[in-house]
Amino acid sequence: MPFSGVEATFWAMLAPFVAAVLAPMLTQKLKHNAAWVLAAVPALIFVHFLSLVSSVAAGQTHTLGLEWVPTYGVTFSIYLDGLSTLFALLISGIGAFVVLYAGGYLKGHPQQGRFFSFLFLFMGSMLGVVLADNLITLFIFWELTSITSFLLIGFDNLRTASRRSAVQALVVTGSGGMALLAGFLLIGMAGGSMEMSEILASGDVLRDSGLYGAIFILVCLGAFTKSAQFPFHFWLPNAMEAPTPVSAYLHSATMVKAGVYLLMRLNPVLGDTALWTTVLPIFGGLTLLAGVIIGIRQTDLKLMLAYTTVASLGLLVMLTGASNTVAIKGAVLYLVAHSLFKGSLFMMAGTIDHEAGTRDITKLGGLRNAMPITFAAAVLAALSMAGLPPFLGFIAKEILYDGAYGTVGSGYLISLAALCGNILMFALAAAVALKPFMGEKVETPKHAHEGPILLWAGPITLAVSGLLLGLFAAHAGYFFINPMVSAVDGGTYGKELYLIPKHLNMALLMSVLTIALGIFAYLRIDTLRELVGRALTAIGWGPDRGFDQLMDGLVITSDKFIRTVQTGSMVTYMRACFIAVALMLFVPMMTTGNWPTFEGFQNLTFYEWAFVILAVIGLYAVITAKNRVTGIVSLGITGFSVAVIYTLFGAPDLSLTQFMVETLSVVILALVMTRLDLKPKDVRSKEDRVIDGVIAGSVGLGFAMLLMSVVSLPFDATLPEFFTQFSYSIAHGRNLVNVILVDFRGFDTIGEIAVVMVAGLAVLALIRVRAKKAQPKPEVEVMKEVAE
Amino acid sequence: MNTVIFRTIAPYLSALMMVFSIFVLLRGHNEPGGGFIGGLIAVSAFAIYGIACGVAAVRRSMVVHPMSLAGIGLFIAVLSVLPSYLFGQPPMTSQWLIFDFLGSELKLSTPLVFDIGVYLVVVGAITSIALSLEERDVD
Amino acid sequence: MEFVIASLVGLLMSASIYLMLSKKLVRVLMGIAILGNSVNLLIFTGGRITRSVPPFIPEGSYLPLEQTANPLPQALVLTAIVISFSFLAYFLVLGYRAYQELGTDDVLEMRVAEPKGDEKPPLGY
Repeated sequence: MPFSGVEATFWAMLAPFVAAVLAPMLTQKLKHNAAWVLAAVPALIFVHFLSLVSSVAAGQTHTLGLEWVPTYGVTFSIYLDGLSTLFALLISGIGAFVVLYAGGYLKGHPQQGRFFSFLFLFMGSMLGVVLADNLITLFIFWELTSITSFLLIGFDNLRTASRRSAVQALVVTGSGGMALLAGFLLIGMAGGSMEMSEILASGDVLRDSGLYGAIFILVCLGAFTKSAQFPFHFWLPNAMEAPTPVSAYLHSATMVKAGVYLLMRLNPVLGDTALWTTVLPIFGGLTLLAGVIIGIRQTDLKLMLAYTTVASLGLLVMLTGASNTVAIKGAVLYLVAHSLFKGSLFMMAGTIDHEAGTRDITKLGGLRNAMPITFAAAVLAALSMAGLPPFLGFIAKEILYDGAYGTVGSGYLISLAALCGNILMFALAAAVALKPFMGEKVETPKHAHEGPILLWAGPITLAVSGLLLGLFAAHAGYFFINPMVSAVDGGTYGKELYLIPKHLNMALLMSVLTIALGIFAYLRIDTLRELVGRALTAIGWGPDRGFDQLMDGLVITSDKFIRTVQTGSMVTYMRACFIAVALMLFVPMMTTGNWPTFEGFQNLTFYEWAFVILAVIGLYAVITAKNRVTGIVSLGITGFSVAVIYTLFGAPDLSLTQFMVETLSVVILALVMTRLDLKPKDVRSKEDRVIDGVIAGSVGLGFAMLLMSVVSLPFDATLPEFFTQFSYSIAHGRNLVNVILVDFRGFDTIGEIAVVMVAGLAVLALIRVRAKKAQPKPEVEVMKEVAE
Repeated sequence: MNTVIFRTIAPYLSALMMVFSIFVLLRGHNEPGGGFIGGLIAVSAFAIYGIACGVAAVRRSMVVHPMSLAGIGLFIAVLSVLPSYLFGQPPMTSQWLIFDFLGSELKLSTPLVFDIGVYLVVVGAITSIALSLEERDVD
Repeated sequence: MEFVIASLVGLLMSASIYLMLSKKLVRVLMGIAILGNSVNLLIFTGGRITRSVPPFIPEGSYLPLEQTANPLPQALVLTAIVISFSFLAYFLVLGYRAYQELGTDDVLEMRVAEPKGDEKPPLGY
């Protein structure tokens, strides 16, 4: 594979995984400065995707494929269009700065290498999600992001809160992933292909399919859990237990957008139906409002940001659900803007926490002189978040208002939800960026000062790029936004982006309203916080607590279930097994009515009768044996009778083997039984004997009848004929049985002798392990013995 | 069981059985017999020897640990899979060398090698089991 | 004749299960020993039985002179006999060792893996 051009995308996808392996070693050598080297990996990936931008912007899409599991139609294929390219740019670009930031944030942490490793694993998986063409591949990477997210949230695994959040995130996103897999399989059934590129070209096939409803619900479950939509939103704020670089990267800029990515990706084939345009805006809108309202209540910087992230994701889902071109363009713009400003703000919050020792907004103030660069980054990012010109956030907000207002049917409702959400978002942006820095200097746990370059390089770059993309709106539109919009919307959309609105319209009016009311809300934020707090306390129960109840309920229920089913009584287990076997034998015969026919006792010679009867006598003697010797000898009688029966029916080899085995069995049984000083007396109650007798009798009867049915069927002689024909002519052997064993089915025999060998080893181990732990008797017993 | 007569005869009997077991192994491809049966006969030989003269004597006579014998057997069996690769055939295709040996036809083949492997595994593993059970008398 | 052999298989199977369901170790072990026989005979008979024509090719011929017994189940059963024997040996030793360690030959009293009245699983994270 070449190192440049489209084919190099394979290398770009592989690189993070390689970096994940190397990171711990590198970190051991270079300490936190390893971040500089490691950041080069995502930077190079970013450059690679940047080099593809011009061809993608010109309307090209690239598909590359490697076969992976061809029997199941799983290929390792890549699909590059405007949507995936832009996502890949965000993942690698922000990733580079997050790696740098993590270098500073976890400086001196003993597990920094492991952290980098997890981070790169995530980066690779996330790239896989957005680049995968095959649905199964997409699913695998999707689950990998859940798993890496679990590892990163639980990074500080000594704290209960982190462990809980990690488990919660994994359970919520993982179970959504399962639903998604089912959805993907249905898409494959309905659309006839597992390749995204082919599905996207299939037009209305999925929408017209009878499976559409099921597909829609399953895909939504996957997307909603991943993108923290109401009522699954609760895991995201809890995920703030993770170190800040993780919050900035996974839980705002990239991973949580995977759900939105999926909805956008499938919009051309699943979107624009009544279901789509109702369900998505409802859940998106609810998430938006729930996010900002609960966000207002928080005083922790990271939690405030987390809830605005939930709100932003809601906004994105709502706009995707609106399914019209302008709304989608707004969503795309907002997605990019959000990744930039939210990543920056999270890092800013982390820096404050790192340098000042707290991130509680009520305990912070007046940091502007101590941390000027961080302050600058915060303000720039918050301006974009608040939607003020000339930032990308402003353009995004203009267009999304335009799109929301223009939505057919539910335009007013969507616009209202977007307006309310944005007003509170404005207030929150102002609070996050201004509160810690303005006003009187407040004494903080640590003496606050500016962090090292590793800590401020990321936030300031991301915030400035939000500004630059806004200033060069036309170029941004051509290279990044429009290709993605056309990928999401299906058609081509060449309208240019303008920083300055061309004419007065509803969107501008709403923007002005947002700013005015936003300022008002910011000034009254303490009152609002108290109000929301009181309301939430009044409600009391939330899905977060519900999750705990669910988990506890699961454990308790399964415990009860296990105690009912697994009583610890061996006899019960075995009875259950044998009853099941008997049912398996009888039920088919009963339902089909194919009972075997009784053919009578004819044509059995005297010798045959004699040995059959001898075997039965041996059996009876075993069952009634009162002492060990009788038992062993009777077992031998039965075994030898069976050996003779083999001879009588033309199997001398079997007979010989059986003779030898029976001899050795008797020897070994005798050896063990001399040690095992036990009487083989039956100690069961009469009742138990009857039950066991009935069970054993019916299984035996079942097998006898099965065997009779089998032998009454016509015989397919293909295999015996094959062996007979070729045994001498190609395998040079006159003993067919031996030829089969060592030649025709030699591989089986290898397996079988391996089993014999393992049994030998196991016996050896069992006998050897014994002498080791001669347990000292408890003192009480020793005393008793002494006393006696 | 531990009579003078038995103890005197047992080594000879065992030796005879060993020879017989190898005979059964080698003729297995054309007559009743083969690695499994031959191996079991050899195990019986060792068992008789062990009962008569003690486990230590058997271990001495076997030179290596019975499980090592089984390991060697499995190794030989797996080796016999490989020659067919030399001729570009699917693995385990049998290879035959047939030539005159003192006037009679002698056939050497990979299935024979394989059968010897089976024989050794059976002898090793089951002798090991039998011996470890007999041995517990001592401790 | 299949009927008689099939009945024998059924009887062997019943006896072995009856023994395995007894609570005593020795009886369980004897049951396992019989189970191997019964399954082997089942497979053998399932491949159809013919009287006393072993599957051999006589000297000087490329094919058997008459219809022989089906060689395939014989090959399968031959290895099965050896394997069931090794497992019988293993179970014997296992049973013996269990008796030694746990001091009981009653399977209902062997409850190391699932002790009576064990603790409830922990809740929380």
